[in-house]
Amino acid sequence: MIDLSLFQQYGPALLRGLGMTIFCWLVGTVFAMALGFVMALVQRSVKAWPVQWLLRAYVEFIRGTPFLVQLFVLYYGGPMLGLRLDALPAGLLGLTIYGSPYFAEIFRAGLNAVPVGQIEAARAMGFPPGAIMRRVMIPVMLVSALPALVNFSIILTKETVILSMITVPEIMFETQTMMAETFAFAEATLVLALFFWIFVEAISRIGRRLERRATHYLLERS
Amino acid sequence: MALTTTTNAASARLENVSKFYGEFQALKDVSLAIPPGKVTCLIGPSGSGKSTLLRCINFLEEYDRGGIWIDDRLIGYDAVGGRKMAPGRLREMRRDIGMVFQQFNLWPHMTALQNVAEGLERVKRLPRAQAQRIAAEALAKVGLGDKTGNHPSRLSGGQQQRVAIARAIAMQPRIMLFDEPTSALDPELVGEVLAVMKQLAAEGMTMVVVTHEMGFAAHVADRVAFMERGELVAAGTPAEIFGNPADARVRAFLQSYNDRNAFDVKAG
Ligand SMILES: Nc1ncnc2c1ncn2[C@@H]1O[C@H](COP(=O)(O)OP(=O)(O)O)[C@@H](O)[C@H]1O
Ligand SMILES: [Mg+2]
Repeated sequence: MIDLSLFQQYGPALLRGLGMTIFCWLVGTVFAMALGFVMALVQRSVKAWPVQWLLRAYVEFIRGTPFLVQLFVLYYGGPMLGLRLDALPAGLLGLTIYGSPYFAEIFRAGLNAVPVGQIEAARAMGFPPGAIMRRVMIPVMLVSALPALVNFSIILTKETVILSMITVPEIMFETQTMMAETFAFAEATLVLALFFWIFVEAISRIGRRLERRATHYLLERS
Repeated sequence: MALTTTTNAASARLENVSKFYGEFQALKDVSLAIPPGKVTCLIGPSGSGKSTLLRCINFLEEYDRGGIWIDDRLIGYDAVGGRKMAPGRLREMRRDIGMVFQQFNLWPHMTALQNVAEGLERVKRLPRAQAQRIAAEALAKVGLGDKTGNHPSRLSGGQQQRVAIARAIAMQPRIMLFDEPTSALDPELVGEVLAVMKQLAAEGMTMVVVTHEMGFAAHVADRVAFMERGELVAAGTPAEIFGNPADARVRAFLQSYNDRNAFDVKAG
């Protein structure tokens, strides 16, 4: 049977864990997207081979290794290189680094899919490059890239549990603590499953709304 | 600021312009004078370099040799054979050069009004309200005063192309480039776009028009230039080019055009 009295004792900790998971996901996703976008821009505009080569090496390395390994390298290996981070900053930095190449790839493909003529129309009128990016390329790119962006953001929700391995007090960490102290596996699993189900569902809904907003002009009735 | 008849139409001058795509020479020493306030049509078989030439005039394509002047300012380079022009100066020159594309190239996420207002806001840095007022005027001028709120996906091809023309003229360019503006249109929509272009021509806009509409070239152009294989083969008045072309290549091109477009009713 589910023992509800457990939640009286562990409720506050679990709630803090939920908050921490949401926080880590949000910060990690936003930073990873930002870094990925910059990477995509650099990949498009800086053709010098050392830059391209470095970028490729970074992408290959990050995509080729498990997130847990990256996190251990950062958290336990970092101090050897003079990078001494607490668990939370290390976790956020880890998520940023881990997510960035995937977002970069989504942005790269999206920007490449913007019809050249629409960019040329702006160039021919004398638009500054920043305005072309903000007013033409990003809005047009988002239409094709949004589903993939939402999809990878959802994948990142589940990667946040790995932060428990370096003692970030997120929901996995807190439920593990509860399990270790009470052996209440069923209750812990229930909390985890319910939470991630609701969390992911909420993000999907927000994503669908954003997609509708971004593409409303394709569907609107006149 | 009203959209009035062009008073300061620019001229353009091309001298020995060459353009290479790798080994392939797309333009071979092309020289052409484009008089101010007049319509110059570029005709010729497809692949002859008409688009390339047109796109060199606003430096969307970078020519490799020779020079192109808008009035007396060289575009693209600091001097003939010199270094590339600073991006800011190129942008400044491009404000004066309107361009209309075969595929319209409207921005799909903006309404017709915003498509036209956008350049006024981002390039001329007008306040939004003023930009939209001018945009509405420009749209009214091309007969789309009632479609300002439509996105491109809710406009016919002919309407989209007229929005594109409005987008160009709202910037008050001094010369306009048209690259096959009616080639992507259903035949019944060609007329409305040509009508707007004729009106612009009548107002004294300098226009360079790549076209397969021989009727337009014959009746509206002041000058017609014929290109083949990257060379400018002949240039003259419509009467000279269409009436009695001296060059055999021009004759052959017009002959094949006539053969394709004649429709003799089968006897029987
Ligand atoms: N970006 C490019 N790269 C290589 N070749 C090109 C490119 N653009 C045009 N060309 C070639 O240059 C020639 C002229 O093209 P274009 O100016 O488009 O001809 P037109 O407009 O007269 O049909 C064609 O042979 C075309 O294949
Ligand atoms: Mg062409």
